[in-house]
Amino acid sequence: MITVEHLTKRYGAFTAANDVSFTCVPGTVTGFLGPNGAGKSTTMRMIAGLTPPTSGTSTVNGVAFRDLPNPGRHIGVLLDASAQHAGRTGREILSLSAQVLGVGSKRVDAMLELVGLAGTAEKRRVGNYSLGMRQRLGLAHALLGDPTVLMLDEPANGLDPEGIFWMRGVLRDFADRGGTVMLSSHLLREVEAVADHLVVIGSGKIVADGSKDELLHAGGLYVRGLEPAPLEKALTEAGLSVQPTRDGGFSVASDPETVGRAALAAGVVLLELRAADSGGLEEMFLRLTSNHDSSKGAA
Amino acid sequence: MSAATSTPAAGTRRPVRVSRPSLARLTAVELRKATDTRAGFWLLAVIALVALGMVLIQIFTGSAEDRRFSEFLGGAQLPVGILLPVVGILAVTGEWSQRTTLTTFALEPRRERVIAAKVSAAVLMAVGAVVASVAWAALANLVAPLITDADGSWGFSAEGFGRVLLFQVINVLVGTAFGLALLSTPLAIVLFFVLPTVWTILGSTISALKTPAEWLDYTSTTMPLLDGDLSGEAWGQLGTSLALWLVVPLVFGLWRVIRSEIK
Repeated sequence: MITVEHLTKRYGAFTAANDVSFTCVPGTVTGFLGPNGAGKSTTMRMIAGLTPPTSGTSTVNGVAFRDLPNPGRHIGVLLDASAQHAGRTGREILSLSAQVLGVGSKRVDAMLELVGLAGTAEKRRVGNYSLGMRQRLGLAHALLGDPTVLMLDEPANGLDPEGIFWMRGVLRDFADRGGTVMLSSHLLREVEAVADHLVVIGSGKIVADGSKDELLHAGGLYVRGLEPAPLEKALTEAGLSVQPTRDGGFSVASDPETVGRAALAAGVVLLELRAADSGGLEEMFLRLTSNHDSSKGAA
Repeated sequence: MSAATSTPAAGTRRPVRVSRPSLARLTAVELRKATDTRAGFWLLAVIALVALGMVLIQIFTGSAEDRRFSEFLGGAQLPVGILLPVVGILAVTGEWSQRTTLTTFALEPRRERVIAAKVSAAVLMAVGAVVASVAWAALANLVAPLITDADGSWGFSAEGFGRVLLFQVINVLVGTAFGLALLSTPLAIVLFFVLPTVWTILGSTISALKTPAEWLDYTSTTMPLLDGDLSGEAWGQLGTSLALWLVVPLVFGLWRVIRSEIK
């Protein structure tokens, strides 16, 4: 469980995070979405007690991070997979942290095995690792203390498609067994496939927060008729907001029954009537973040 | 590079009550960090080798009456004392240059405990260096009479041993304090060696600075620890110079590390 309440971080005149509030609940994967520089990493560093917030609070499992007796046993944190000493081997990095966490070398073995770094890879220095291998090591490191919460900043960065698929499986499995997962990304597709809750941040502000289905639904309905013009007329007369799409259909902010009845009353033949594509999430993402940018002026 | 996704990633039960890592455990981790990289390992190895080199030089140079345990031990301290501060500096700044602070302080957010562990580890390494130099000095004192004219006497007091130990602990702590205050390896190393030297030069050339220098130049105030003529005034001078070179950077560094943002 991660609870963030009114977190704000200012650097002089620049506000990196502005009154950020959201909750990540057990059993779910929360995707923390936003373009580069939106304040994702700053927010995560504040949660991990690394960046002192200007105002606001955050807790992990109900306790402020600093007051967790051994934080790594509650929350596994991966903020930057490359922030490791290049001269240490993968195993040595895990062994050092295992000593702080008070877990044995068997746990180190198990995590290396889990992320596919057991064998020769664990004995190589991290300076010789690819970014994908560092992400795997970072995930192993986050899981080392057997935590109930995972907080990962751009964990799919540098992973190949097979690796991304694998990581989704690990995170989904973790959440399905009651864990809390928060992962950030600037790529919608990546998060859409694994998250059930989305928090979207733009220019330091939360611009959307809800379940994935709910936010997808906010994309509205897609409707296409045999003849576009009469359909548009019928829908407009029914008092619905109608946006033509490029392929001759319309996106409508309404429910299927209202649209269906409007079409029936006008005697228009419908060819398609469904929830807008998952691309709607992408539109939402671009709309929300760009709207926010333009309302604030050039960043 | 693939792993079965069916392997359980982690138990997701509520953790049993876990205790915070003890200071002893954190110190052990810091000692391990100081020795598990090539740079760290070789720095310590070089210190041991340089101490050995010094006693070897003393066997083959100088006069016979100087070939005794106390002289061997004393001679080994100067090069060790020059290198130990670097051990202290790297123990701190290495984390910032490699950005491992992101991990270290996420695992122990009470940063003052991590710093305390680093200081303890640095002191233990200074003790280790002194122990190594005692071993070399003893070895030299055994070997010297066999191959050359040597006094070979073992006279050495516990008080003298304490002074040598204090000398090296001060050296490593001043380095650690510089590292904490500057959080940058090159900056800390350069300033550590340049500042006291500049101070020494200024103190010896500008007559008005002569008296302040006697009280504030830690390079010269620590010398009596090795020479053995520690008057009450010498202790006072040692104390004041350490307030400037050790306490000020240590307090400032601690404040800086606790308050700063870790990126």
